[in-house]
Amino acid sequence: MAVPRFWREIPNRYNLVGARCGNCNKVLFPPRYICPYCRRMGKLEPYRLKRRGKVLSYTVVHIAANGFEDQAPYLLAIIELEDGPRLTAQITDCNPDEIKIGDEVEMIFRRMGEESQDGVIYYGFKARRI
Amino acid sequence: MRDVAVIGVGLTKFGELWDLSFRQIMMEAGARAIEDAEIDGKQIDAMYVGNMSSGQFIRQEHISSIVADHAGLVPVPSTRVEGACASGGLALRQAVIAVASGIHDIVVAAGIEKMTDVLTGQATGALATAADQEWEVFVGATFPGLYALMARRHMYEFGTTEQQMAMVAVKNHHNARFNTCAQYQTEITVENVLKSPLVTSPIKLLDCSPITDGAACVILAPAEKARKFTDIPILVAGTGQASDTISLHSRSSLTSLRATIEATRTAYKMAGVKPDDIDLVEVHDCFTIAEIIAIEDLGFCKKGEGGKVTEQGETAIGGRIPVNTSGGLKGKGHPVGATGIAQAVEIVQQLRGEAGKRQVDGAEVGLTHNVGGSGGTAVVHVLRRSD
Repeated sequence: MAVPRFWREIPNRYNLVGARCGNCNKVLFPPRYICPYCRRMGKLEPYRLKRRGKVLSYTVVHIAANGFEDQAPYLLAIIELEDGPRLTAQITDCNPDEIKIGDEVEMIFRRMGEESQDGVIYYGFKARRI
Repeated sequence: MRDVAVIGVGLTKFGELWDLSFRQIMMEAGARAIEDAEIDGKQIDAMYVGNMSSGQFIRQEHISSIVADHAGLVPVPSTRVEGACASGGLALRQAVIAVASGIHDIVVAAGIEKMTDVLTGQATGALATAADQEWEVFVGATFPGLYALMARRHMYEFGTTEQQMAMVAVKNHHNARFNTCAQYQTEITVENVLKSPLVTSPIKLLDCSPITDGAACVILAPAEKARKFTDIPILVAGTGQASDTISLHSRSSLTSLRATIEATRTAYKMAGVKPDDIDLVEVHDCFTIAEIIAIEDLGFCKKGEGGKVTEQGETAIGGRIPVNTSGGLKGKGHPVGATGIAQAVEIVQQLRGEAGKRQVDGAEVGLTHNVGGSGGTAVVHVLRRSD
């Protein structure tokens, strides 16, 4: 991923900053630039999401995505956050056999990968069971 | 709006076609369709070509020009259509709209993907670009991984089992044996599927459709002129298309594709049919769970019972609603851009009664269901025999 492309999303990826619509009060994450419910009537402002959520579904990825080979097998899940939005994230610090749908998690800051040996390091969020 | 009919179909062998290029397979499918329609290439007014990612697979964009050029049909207008794995279905829909509108008479809807000129990792990486790069792929999602998330949730909500998913693969491999164009010509067992290597739990290797080279082509004409070309015109009775969020996580349901439901509603309404009227379907079984979800969303069983009806044999040839008689994406192969067109080829051959050992007796109405990504795009066509 080109450095500017990663750099642009740093607040969202590091601090879980999404958006809240001042018109309908819905919280949106990943970030959007138009409220899908209010469209032009929407008034989006940055919103830092609460970090707790629960597991809606999960999979143990054995054949890794490109760039994630050294992490396989890893747990990938869809998490519903307390504020309402859902996101895709890895679940870390957990034995894959122990995870269940409905488990409570918190989002934490983690190293995701790197561009190359000398390149930029990507950070972002993973989930951890509470 | 004019009624539209299919007057010719053509398909290449699907598989790892090391000895054939993108250009060769496209011309082969096109020539077969033109011969089938008994037209001269010079009668063609326009072309729509479904292709997901020639840029990533063969480092060649602008394939619309290549197709017209190599067919010897310049200056006929040619347009590439892209909607990930639904590219073929979208090309068919654009061609239908072009004929229905009266702008063009004889229109080609083609689809092609040449996937094996890159290594497997590059191919799966290319396919993953149909998912959200920023918020799915960045965190480690793979394409099978997204369908695995749907499968796990489907198992949780409805009690669907890994055995039931495996039965989709077993059925589709069985059907593929009667299709000479299919990539796989071998029967598999439930045990084979369950013991195949884990890709991303609960999805195993034999739950996945393969990487495939292939091309497909159909030729459309206004229904009122179709009899000049064929004794058995197949009417495109309904077409529907819908969009959904690109990310799976943004959808309210993980066990249903809203784009499928909306596209189906539109297509059924246009055709004036309901699920009971459909004799057979080709659905988008990129993974076995996808077929189970599709037959539910298309209305062939209650939500959550897709696994059960598969287990009971209702989706086999000879069953209540035969699904993927061609072998589907799983058995026939999945050259992504060609798939939506190849589905239409199968339904046309079935409705004409030309499907040989996999023929569904007395089939008069068929349906195709083509999905892009994890469900961000869906396109559905209802085809009807009209003699």
